[in-house]
Amino acid sequence: MNKVHELICIVCPKGCHLQVDDDLNVTGHGCPRGIIYGKAELLNPTRLVSSTAKLISSDLSRLPVVTSGEVPKGKIFEVMNVINGLTVSAPVALRQVLVKDVLGLGVDIIATRSVKR
Amino acid sequence: MHDIVILGAGVIGAFIARELSRFQLDILVLDQENDVGNFTSMANSALIHSGYDPEPGTLKALLNVRGNAMYDTVCDELDVTFRRIGSLTVTTKEEELSVLKQLQERGRRNGVETFIISAEEIRQKEPQLAHDVKYALYAPSAGIIDPFELVVNCMENAIDNGVKLSLNEKVTAIKPIDGGYQVTTSKDVHHGKIIINATGVNADLVSEMVAPNKFSIKPRKGSYFVFDHFDNNFLKHIIFPVPDERGKGIVVTSSYSYNYLVGPNSNYIDDREDLGTDRDTMEFIKQSALRLVPKLPFDKVIRTFSGLRATPNTGDFIIEPLTDHPCFINVAGIESPGLASAPAIGVYVVNQYVSKLIELRPKVDFNPRIRPLYRFSHMSEKAINDLIKKDKRFGHLVCRCEMVSEGHIIDALSRSCPPHSIKAVKKRTRAGFGRCQGGFCQPLVLKILADHYGVNEQDVLYDAESTFILAEATKGGGAHE
Amino acid sequence: MNKVDILIIGGGSAGLAAAVSAYDAGLRDILILEKDRFLGGILNQCIHPGFGLTEFREQLTGPEYAERFINEVERRHIRYELDTMVMAMTPDKEVTYSNAQQGLVTVKATTVILATGCYERNAGSIALPGDRPSGVITAGLAQRYLNIDGYLVGKSVFILGSGDIGLIMARRMTLEGAKVLGVAEIMPYSNGLNRNIVQCLVDYDIPLYLSHTVTRIIGKRKLEKIIISQVDEKFAPIPGTEREFEVDTLLLSIGLIPSNELLDKLGVPTDKTKGAIVDQNLQTNIPGVFSCGNVLHVHDLVDFVSAEGKIAGKMAAKFVTNPIKTLENQIKVLPQEGISYVVPQRVDPNRIYGPIEFKFRVNKPRNNVFFVISQGETILKRAFHQVAIPSEMINVVLPATTVIDPNMPIIVTVKERQ
Repeated sequence: MNKVHELICIVCPKGCHLQVDDDLNVTGHGCPRGIIYGKAELLNPTRLVSSTAKLISSDLSRLPVVTSGEVPKGKIFEVMNVINGLTVSAPVALRQVLVKDVLGLGVDIIATRSVKR
Repeated sequence: MHDIVILGAGVIGAFIARELSRFQLDILVLDQENDVGNFTSMANSALIHSGYDPEPGTLKALLNVRGNAMYDTVCDELDVTFRRIGSLTVTTKEEELSVLKQLQERGRRNGVETFIISAEEIRQKEPQLAHDVKYALYAPSAGIIDPFELVVNCMENAIDNGVKLSLNEKVTAIKPIDGGYQVTTSKDVHHGKIIINATGVNADLVSEMVAPNKFSIKPRKGSYFVFDHFDNNFLKHIIFPVPDERGKGIVVTSSYSYNYLVGPNSNYIDDREDLGTDRDTMEFIKQSALRLVPKLPFDKVIRTFSGLRATPNTGDFIIEPLTDHPCFINVAGIESPGLASAPAIGVYVVNQYVSKLIELRPKVDFNPRIRPLYRFSHMSEKAINDLIKKDKRFGHLVCRCEMVSEGHIIDALSRSCPPHSIKAVKKRTRAGFGRCQGGFCQPLVLKILADHYGVNEQDVLYDAESTFILAEATKGGGAHE
Repeated sequence: MNKVDILIIGGGSAGLAAAVSAYDAGLRDILILEKDRFLGGILNQCIHPGFGLTEFREQLTGPEYAERFINEVERRHIRYELDTMVMAMTPDKEVTYSNAQQGLVTVKATTVILATGCYERNAGSIALPGDRPSGVITAGLAQRYLNIDGYLVGKSVFILGSGDIGLIMARRMTLEGAKVLGVAEIMPYSNGLNRNIVQCLVDYDIPLYLSHTVTRIIGKRKLEKIIISQVDEKFAPIPGTEREFEVDTLLLSIGLIPSNELLDKLGVPTDKTKGAIVDQNLQTNIPGVFSCGNVLHVHDLVDFVSAEGKIAGKMAAKFVTNPIKTLENQIKVLPQEGISYVVPQRVDPNRIYGPIEFKFRVNKPRNNVFFVISQGETILKRAFHQVAIPSEMINVVLPATTVIDPNMPIIVTVKERQ
């Protein structure tokens, strides 16, 4: 029985309502990215992880960070553990790589602001 | 052994303390809260009633009128915002004119001058009143006050003149001992020759610790709406409805800070700590207010709150020692007109009772004035800039809504009755009282408090002990210097 | 008294865009006044991605978006003052501000651009019933404590309001180790973007209670419990539907209000938006005073805030070179049934400098509708939308070549497709 799954695309703020069946046929998308998302969400849902890291600086005590790409949904909390274990010292450049290839997932943890001191 | 131990640092305890601080006495004030004036004294209509309302011959009548007359001097000495704007007790019913006349007569017997005015003059004075208002009793001596400043500054003055204050001490037991009493609290044990009980809603319970009572206190709740600033001239007087058996009724008034205040209702409750508000009550208050002032913009409400009145079963203030305990003086059941009466109660307690129990030798260096506050709204630009040159923290504004600077907060912290919590800072400086209710300034005030007291930010309190604003630092803490 | 050509009040997304745009239009005498200790405004605490899809064609986090604009300001050496609060403004554009270094300063501005953003609606303004304990805090304030200062305000959380701030904080606090027990939304539909329902609630199994509100807060000193109830079509609680949650924190995400005090004090007319009434050049009824960004009307996407800021900057620059003494003969723009508000509320037919962008919101979710901009019998522009919801601002652009009748109001309507 080919089930049709109702999903909301999260790629952009439009939030198109997708229908994806078990054969990974996608309808309801507003752009090609929606097709990719619909398939991925069924097979291997992934997410960006954004958080803050401990920062040694005279200006701020936390540095906003994000993963450079999406990670499997099931690994979010493990990635959070890595982020929680970081202590970054100023100066920091925007997009500076803080952890390369986190947990072997093929994405980095990067700074999303620069900190001068 | 202290000469006097005053239980309760609300407006009554503060004025008694100040009055006694004129004399060479060892005085201790205890309060269960984390700040002075932190219960009934901070949740009321902030009105200094003229005094036509209390029954002639009662203590209420006597002390209301005396107290009202003292406020110009008191507010000058203690630098408290006070405006004698007058009150209008209004009615839309022809037959209630006789009620107004009765109130006027009561006022006359109490020594209060009032005037009965009719529709045309009312409309001139207050165009926002409902058009069917027919008559009003005008009492020019009524006023509005900053109740927070009043208690804080009064206690500060008392402390400057030698009084000791200890907060977070809840009285658990009182025992007569040789030459006085032993007062046990949640924190400590104290001894005093004379005990003055000004513990508000709990006064009967405290009095019972010494001996069985002839009086009881029942908490009577009243709720309020607070409006944002929108038009300083919307209403120029305090507006009362005609009073009924429950009390003065739901008031609509400008406040000392040009906010508008609507309330209170009247509702007896059992729980002496219940300051909640409920939907139906707020709706009732709203409809009552709109009846008199139809254009009140309820979309501009920024806060609701409740206060508990300490209502005695005797119908009047209870200011007297316990039978067989001449040195244990109850100052209880101080409900409305308590605020108006407060300075007079202080003098009365000292003259009627304390003076007969202990020798009162005046202090030569008693100073009735506090160091004035820095009020930007009363200062010229040059004066403000001179101040900023001396302490640049006065140039750093922390509260956008109420225009409060870091300097003001530091000044409050430097005084002898300083704030120990976010709420206490709010009461003294108004930071957090505005439309955003601390949305911007709270983190800044929190840091200032943490720095001043040398504690971690997680230890800064919202109000009472253990009401921390912050639960824990993320990432296991760290990197917070 | 010192003078300045362009005074920008607020160094967040709207103000930064306005500054860069004014500079690029040829002006150099520009000053930004910012109340916080850094530029960037609220973006600094919005550490999640979702910003910049239109502006930069990339998905950025808030701080990164802010930094792009801050870099543009720094590259151009545009002046700014931090930790600086504007205290007052006169109708003649004399602005008094204060900071620790300079004290009180009054400057005469040729133009003022108000870009002061919003503040959050609080418990008091909805008369939230119950006790008054600590632990009830707005979502944005909790966000600041978490993302800037590094503190969780609580460990066991309920959220009132399903707007984006509430949803984002549901996820954020969960990731940092708090337990979020649910989100209550008084409307029968969520106010936030669909994507946020998925990635903030569904992903973490956080229940969303639509048509529910908090009906009681319990806790004398510290928050202990909250009670939510279902509401009927009149938003009255339905007895018997109460649910209790033991929490130490209630986050309020119940609305944003423009921080428009400076203009309110001058009696500048405002709209339902609670922001100023402006024309298509974002000019208020005081010549040379402009308003843009969230202080004009609450936006959903920062990209549109930046776009608005750019217009304000450009128009302020135009004003400096060609000052106007009075504004007259403006046409009213009137939203009809189904449209909550329109910005701009006026069109100045004598000063049309480019396409006119109308921004508005529907007052309830609609499907398959036409938005029509018309004057009398003439349709100026029609736009079809398959889906229109209140939480997504809609914009319809009139090309610069559109002929506008200077004597008739402009009507904005929404109609179902037949």
